[in-house]
Amino acid sequence: MGHNKTPAAMPEITLASRGMVDGPSGPKPTKRLSRRNIMIYGILIVVSLYYLVPLYVMIVTSLKGMPEIRLGNIFAPPVEITFEPWVKAWAEACTGLNCDGLSRGFWNSVRITIPSVLASIAIASVNGYALANWRFKGADIFFTILIFGAFIPYQVMLYPIVIMLREIGLYGTLWGLVIVHTIFGMPILTLLFRNYFTSLPEELFKAARVDGAGFWGIYFRIMLPMSLPIFVVAMILQVTGIWNDFLFGVVYTKPEVYPMTVQLNNIVNSTQGVKEYNVNMAATLLTGLVPLAIYFVSGKLFVRGIAAGAVKG
Amino acid sequence: MRGEYAMEPSISIRELTLKFGALTVLKGLNLDVNPGEFVVLLGSSGCGKSTLLNCIAGLLDVSDGQIFINGRNVTWEEPSQRGIGMVFQSYALYPQMTVEGNLTFGLKNARVPKAEIADRVARAAKVLQIEPLLKRKPAALSGGQRQRVAIGRALVRDVDVFLFDEPLSNLDAKLRADLRVEIKQLHQRLENTMIYVTHDQTEAMTLADRIAIMKGGNVLQFDTPNEIYNRPASRYVAEFIGSPSMNFVEGTGDLSASPRFAGTHGDFALDGYAFAGRPAGGPAAFGIRPEHIVCGPEAQAKPIHLDTKVDLVEPLGSDTLAWVHAGDQPFWVRMDGQSTIRPGDRLPIGFDPARANLFDMQTEARI
Repeated sequence: MGHNKTPAAMPEITLASRGMVDGPSGPKPTKRLSRRNIMIYGILIVVSLYYLVPLYVMIVTSLKGMPEIRLGNIFAPPVEITFEPWVKAWAEACTGLNCDGLSRGFWNSVRITIPSVLASIAIASVNGYALANWRFKGADIFFTILIFGAFIPYQVMLYPIVIMLREIGLYGTLWGLVIVHTIFGMPILTLLFRNYFTSLPEELFKAARVDGAGFWGIYFRIMLPMSLPIFVVAMILQVTGIWNDFLFGVVYTKPEVYPMTVQLNNIVNSTQGVKEYNVNMAATLLTGLVPLAIYFVSGKLFVRGIAAGAVKG
Repeated sequence: MRGEYAMEPSISIRELTLKFGALTVLKGLNLDVNPGEFVVLLGSSGCGKSTLLNCIAGLLDVSDGQIFINGRNVTWEEPSQRGIGMVFQSYALYPQMTVEGNLTFGLKNARVPKAEIADRVARAAKVLQIEPLLKRKPAALSGGQRQRVAIGRALVRDVDVFLFDEPLSNLDAKLRADLRVEIKQLHQRLENTMIYVTHDQTEAMTLADRIAIMKGGNVLQFDTPNEIYNRPASRYVAEFIGSPSMNFVEGTGDLSASPRFAGTHGDFALDGYAFAGRPAGGPAAFGIRPEHIVCGPEAQAKPIHLDTKVDLVEPLGSDTLAWVHAGDQPFWVRMDGQSTIRPGDRLPIGFDPARANLFDMQTEARI
């Protein structure tokens, strides 16, 4: 019964044959063009235009030659695509006495960013772990002071730090800037890590203690493997933050070790000769490439980590 | 009865006090657990039972007092040095490790030789029937399997004392009953000391050799399930144990040579009542459990009988619960599951004072 492969006549399945009456049945139909959808998509389109139009202008301008730019229509696509401005921005643009383009600043920024990011994340994650799980004496006061540090305006500390760096002989060097970045990243990163570790189940920590793992054992064997998302968040915050930094770079370094942002400023704001808009645009895009690449590569993890770390305070 | 436990206690807690800032969670608590005993710490949330367990485990620093395990003062020792294994409510399995990794983590930390680790893991896996799961990650296990692995992690430590922190609370009812039996079997086989925290009185009654009823950071009564059920030390304990809870009639106790109790519905002799000590008379509450009330025609044969009216009936299949009243005095009664009683019916009830408990209205202690 019911197993015939070819039933003689398939009766039409209607609502009535299934024992139901006419009227709404099954999933509720959705209206595509509702007022709500128009509102949502309208706003999304406007907002994305707001961000994309300037980017578009920068890209097309960077691909034009100077004669074409002088025509004045900034929205027009390039008639003749040239990569000359990009090459010039990277390798030939002059800042002060150096005429080797942004490449010098790029490598300086790399040499500043990598150690700063590694050091600040390593220290802050251990801080956050200790604050979240070990609740040592004075932990609350320590944490309060640390968070307070996040609210002190940088300008207040600029000059005292100049003196401190001078005293230890690191003023004007790359390593001096690395130390400054590491310290200034501490409050927000510690908060981030503390909140994330607090959100992990406390019983895991207890179980590990019963299992005889110590401070570092629990950190490396239990906590770290569960914390990839928050490390990615911290890395993105620090890479973009330090890469985009201008103030500390200009204050604590010298022209030979200027980071890329400072050099970009010097190129764009140079008052000699003609304003080479195409070179400026290319230089700006080049400087922005690193944070952009970081977002694209790790965007998904970033969102996950932010969600995991930020919900619980 | 206590004579058979003449040996040194397995766990001994002396004047244990724990404060969180201004809040005192444990107040000079004393407790002795005998070797091989299954002790359940029972109480409503916030009574300090989990806190006490964490203190025994060494996961919380005590403010005052001492803890001895197997005669050794472990008050200042690290959890891993105390010779305990612990099972947590949320299982607390390390998510990035396999089941085997979870079982061996503690042993590797203790630098146990490889051959012995393999041996102990094999033994624990066999006892708990988790051999096929050893290579899996915790995420790929069901709740019951996870809790078995968590028990296994305590098992491989080869310790005398097991601590359970509400281990079955996260499981559904069926699984909880199954694992409860398994834990009891495990205890019968291993014969080590177990301390088990729960707020579920069924778990407490079925598992425990002795139950410690806790309230407000103190142990109110520490005795066998039978004693706690039949002779609760205070009105709180009497109300806490048993479902539905004990019925109380308030009145006055006359505790002379021929003791009597005078309630709102006549007074009656307390024949056969087992008094605790030799108290004076005064305002008292007379408590009788729903299952000790006899209903229907047999009620007449009991020393005390009343005529009641049925308000509400709850058939449970195995028995039927009825909410009845005599005047303004309500009673829960438990009757046979086949009872055909309906709300509005008249129901004669009767009970024997020998099965009742009398509590002082001031001190709440059993008289």
